[in-house]
Amino acid sequence: MKTAAGQPDSTTFYLEEEHHPEQGTMLGFWIYLMSDCLIFAVLFATYAVLGRNYAAGPSPKDLFELPLVAVNTTMLLFSSITYGFAMLEMEKGKQKNTLIWLTITGLFGLAFVGIELYEFAHLIHEGATPQRSAFLSAFFTLVGTHGLHVTLGIVWLVILMVQVNQRGLVPENKRRLMCLSLFWHFLDVIWIGVFTFVYLMGVLQ
Amino acid sequence: MSAATDSNQGAHDHHDHGDGAAHGSMKGYVTGFVLAAILTAIPFWLVMTDALGNKQTTGLVIMALAVVQIIVHMVYFLHMNTKSEGGWNFLALIFTLTLVVITLTGSIWVMYHLNTNMMPMSPMDMKHQMP
Repeated sequence: MKTAAGQPDSTTFYLEEEHHPEQGTMLGFWIYLMSDCLIFAVLFATYAVLGRNYAAGPSPKDLFELPLVAVNTTMLLFSSITYGFAMLEMEKGKQKNTLIWLTITGLFGLAFVGIELYEFAHLIHEGATPQRSAFLSAFFTLVGTHGLHVTLGIVWLVILMVQVNQRGLVPENKRRLMCLSLFWHFLDVIWIGVFTFVYLMGVLQ
Repeated sequence: MSAATDSNQGAHDHHDHGDGAAHGSMKGYVTGFVLAAILTAIPFWLVMTDALGNKQTTGLVIMALAVVQIIVHMVYFLHMNTKSEGGWNFLALIFTLTLVVITLTGSIWVMYHLNTNMMPMSPMDMKHQMP
């Protein structure tokens, strides 16, 4: 970069070159999300195939508590909108407000993971472990994978908050926050499939 | 100085590129949130109160609502449109959706038939079906 700064022509070239990766990051990250989407598609397909093989064990109707799932869904939805607010503050360049909204997002995310872990612990305590039946194996794999994604999203969120705190809202951090934004909203999209297909349809049967 | 101007230009370019594509507005987020909340509340209400009185209808309705909600999230939260990243985003999405549909319908279809064909048979049925 420093060598190029002396020559106006090559400077232009260099910056244009540098400009591209930033665009590439968003597209590349989107393609990663699409591949992640395929993982979830396979897990959903597995659940669709195995979801009714109870092995004489408990069925979704016996296990799922919809009010709890409704609260969980609300947590994730709130975290989506608060992340949106963080992005809006980021665009205005207000670092403190961005961090506040990110913190709120993280807390909603933690609440979501906490409620999910409580639900899992409750199920396992009742004997509905992943080993109990094909239905429960598929259920724990699908919902657990989603929960793991949210957990890692929170870890990522905390790391980015530290970085924003240290370096401010520099272009690199903005780009990272935009990637996490895609990731976070994408997980909410997956959750729509989970609560509809697994919980609501399960209780309907 | 020239480097500074250029980098500003770069930043500006980026801003132009991303505007409307990757960024949202307050109105967009709030609209998306309200729609998503309504589209979440309706299926839960339908299932918890059994308002329609028919399981199959309820199932179809909540599936349809989920699809609508996914589109709402895509548009208002993920800022999906046909133009962002020169259309590559959208192309990747369409490709993925195709694969997802093939995976899901294919698995359900094949395994449903497999289950039907693997139903426990009486010895008489078996004799009948043996070549």
